[in-house]
Amino acid sequence: MNNDLVAKIEEAGLVGRGGAGYLTAKKWREVAMANGEKKFVIVNASEGETGLFKDFYILKNHPETVVKGVVLALDHLHAKDAYFNLNKRYYRLLRFKLEHVIKEYNDKGYNIKIFVEEPSYIGGEETALLNAIEGKRTEPRSKPPYPSLAGLYGKPTLINNVETLYNVACVADGTFEHKRFYCLSGDLKHKGVNHMPDDWDIEKILKETDNYPDFDFFVQIGGGASGTVCDQDQIKGKLATGAGAIEIFDKKKTDPRKLVLRWLEFYQKESCGKCAPCRAGTYQLYKMVKAQKDIPWKEMFEILETMEATSFCALGRSVAEPIRSYYSNVLKPS
Amino acid sequence: MNQVKVSINGKEYFAPEGESVLQTAIDNGIDIPHFCYHEDLPIGSSCRTCLVEDVKTGRIITSCSIKAGEGVAILTDTPKVKELRLKNLELLLAGHQKNCPRCQKGTSCRVADEIGKYGVSTVKYWRPEIQEKLHKMSQAALLDPQLCIACNKCVEICEKIGVGFLEMRGKNIQTHATWTRKPEIDCIYCGQCTVHCPVASAREQNQIEDVEKALADKDKIVIAQMAPSVHASIGEEFGLPIGTDMTGRVYTAFRKLGFDHVFDVNMGADITTVVEAAELVERIKENKNLPMFTSCCPAWVKFMEFYHPEMLDHLTTSRSPQMHSGGAYKTWWAKKEGIDPQKIVVVSFMPCTSKKYEARHEKLKINGLWPVDHVLTTREFGALLKKHNIDLPNLEPSEVDAPGAYSGAAVIYGASGGVMESALRTAYFDLTGKELEKVEFEKVRGIEGVKRAEIMIGERRLKVAVVSTAANAEKIIQEIKNDPSAYDYVEVMACPGGCIGGGGQPIPTTINIVAKRTASLYKTDAKMKLRKAHLNPVVRDFFDNYIAKLPVAAREKILNTSYSRKKKFQ
Repeated sequence: MNNDLVAKIEEAGLVGRGGAGYLTAKKWREVAMANGEKKFVIVNASEGETGLFKDFYILKNHPETVVKGVVLALDHLHAKDAYFNLNKRYYRLLRFKLEHVIKEYNDKGYNIKIFVEEPSYIGGEETALLNAIEGKRTEPRSKPPYPSLAGLYGKPTLINNVETLYNVACVADGTFEHKRFYCLSGDLKHKGVNHMPDDWDIEKILKETDNYPDFDFFVQIGGGASGTVCDQDQIKGKLATGAGAIEIFDKKKTDPRKLVLRWLEFYQKESCGKCAPCRAGTYQLYKMVKAQKDIPWKEMFEILETMEATSFCALGRSVAEPIRSYYSNVLKPS
Repeated sequence: MNQVKVSINGKEYFAPEGESVLQTAIDNGIDIPHFCYHEDLPIGSSCRTCLVEDVKTGRIITSCSIKAGEGVAILTDTPKVKELRLKNLELLLAGHQKNCPRCQKGTSCRVADEIGKYGVSTVKYWRPEIQEKLHKMSQAALLDPQLCIACNKCVEICEKIGVGFLEMRGKNIQTHATWTRKPEIDCIYCGQCTVHCPVASAREQNQIEDVEKALADKDKIVIAQMAPSVHASIGEEFGLPIGTDMTGRVYTAFRKLGFDHVFDVNMGADITTVVEAAELVERIKENKNLPMFTSCCPAWVKFMEFYHPEMLDHLTTSRSPQMHSGGAYKTWWAKKEGIDPQKIVVVSFMPCTSKKYEARHEKLKINGLWPVDHVLTTREFGALLKKHNIDLPNLEPSEVDAPGAYSGAAVIYGASGGVMESALRTAYFDLTGKELEKVEFEKVRGIEGVKRAEIMIGERRLKVAVVSTAANAEKIIQEIKNDPSAYDYVEVMACPGGCIGGGGQPIPTTINIVAKRTASLYKTDAKMKLRKAHLNPVVRDFFDNYIAKLPVAAREKILNTSYSRKKKFQ
């Protein structure tokens, strides 16, 4: 076992770049120590949340590095079998190059496969993607057991985001620069993916990319659905969270009701339907806001707080955050 | 299993280590609402209504997913729990409650109880419209997608039965249970989905109004006949202890409802035993089409006709009990009483939904008449009684009318192994010419899904198997394909534990509850003087003074049936 590599990963301070920010070295150790002859590695390239497109960018520009990260993980676990959980929209655009890189390793005895995933938000949840690969309904499983102990077909499974595995390969090569991939979108001049130091705050990122708005604005940070909303005066010292999305909104041009509806429409469409608070909560919220001219904040927060406290998985629990932070940080009702 | 102490609301309870704490609460009468939890099925934690507060962390969690262990302590009624629980109940039932006004269940509904108890009000919510049509499973059951709460219980039990006809479809608010479009899978009408559905989204096809209409018709002579499993379970619909024998009180209730004659499916079971035992003896003597399979479970028959048409010769040609008694009343009894059979309406009270399907088999008609006109499940029977304000628990017991007399052998038909035991009691006489002294065949009793035994009948060693659920039947079928002489006689029931665990039984039905009901049936049998079908004087009169005088073809029309390959939905 290449414990040297895990030590390096730990020293580099790698955290999961899928959004949850779990310590990468810890996850690798958990799967390595789990009992079982057969183990799997899964690359999570679902990227089903709006405002995110950096996994696509990495796979398009650095497929060799990502696949190398996969192979390092397989070697570490003495395993051969890996899956790319790949968003179907990406598959069409990436397959040629990616399949070519994979083949090189498969010719050497690895068994890396691409699972073409029907695009969905829940499809990136790590237990839901296990179900999808197994041919079951794409909905989350009860945890524990965690995938590290009992994942794909009940076997210990290492699930890492595309960027995480890219970083692992860089750490192994000694080229890791403590950077992350930021997805810049919204009302700004230079949209797109930027690879920049991970300790830059939002203000610096906007300035360095020549994106700092000359109008009143607010930002959603992390992901286009679940991300926290901050006002322009809150972005100094604020680091990007989650999967690294930064979306800028022009205050004057943004209609609060339309924005809230945009989030709710996304969630009510993407709820997997498993648990009642998320399934019915997202639907009732959407209908409720859609039916009225003014946003019924009080009724909305009653449902959102219930969803946050009692939903089965992180999807349902995350719906409250963007709306609440938008309400308290930007609209600032007196 | 290791017993541990679990604290609920500050009081300590013993529970098997690892058990769901929700189960501990249920077993100790502590009220926690729940919709997607069933003790025999996987824990899905999807309805999110069984919320409790974890004393240690102060967090609100679902009690179903907490495993009993030392130090586990929960509170079930804190203000936070109450608030979140109510919200989730409202969200969960928003679509459901808006359908209540047009529901068959009336007042006898668990959902209505919970709505009342927790003050659920969903008026402020939208009613989701599920993009799926109501689906009828023949005449037996139906799936109403508008009521579905996506708890997955029907899908799980259907899989467990060994059919896999149901699946979840759609995402978000459109998530609902539906039937598989795969052509190689078909429903067998067992109705286990209906007895495991917490919200009557899967339910029996209601015939209560048909029965009320017949009762109100002065020109009709309406006969009630009840299956033994209903004797032992209808009390549960009125909150009586599980396994309470309600036989005498039900007869009184039938009379109060206005039935003209109170007979019993048990009399039909005695006919079935005589016919089936005779056929078994004949097949054993000729060594033909062995093993013989029982056929009184229409769901099992449908399973054979759809999945194993190559083995239909193994099914006994005997009709089932409700068809035997219904047919007997519309022929032998009608003739004896000088009644026009056209005027007779036979209503069966069954623990079963597939009996509704069986009752509409064209091939079973006698002289153009259905042997059974209407079939109500135990649950429908409960609803009918409540609708007519009949307080079943407090009625004076009465007796069955003479033509409905039956033996103890018929009573145990309700339990898995009962048909076999009854047939063996009679086959023993048929084969040896002697009456069996000890009538109990302990080896075929019990609620295990597969029971195998070797039984001596005089000089003869009979190899028998008793199974319940299609999944277990499939195992036995494969054994027989590998070794055609593996068994001589096989009893199969589609539902776990036999009819007593049937798809028409009260909710909840669990393996533990089925075991208690089963014990009640064997207790009733043990108390009876008449314990062999062929000694039932009514049955003897039917055979000796009526059947014996009929030409063979007419006899077979009343006693026998045939089978054929079935297509999907046929």
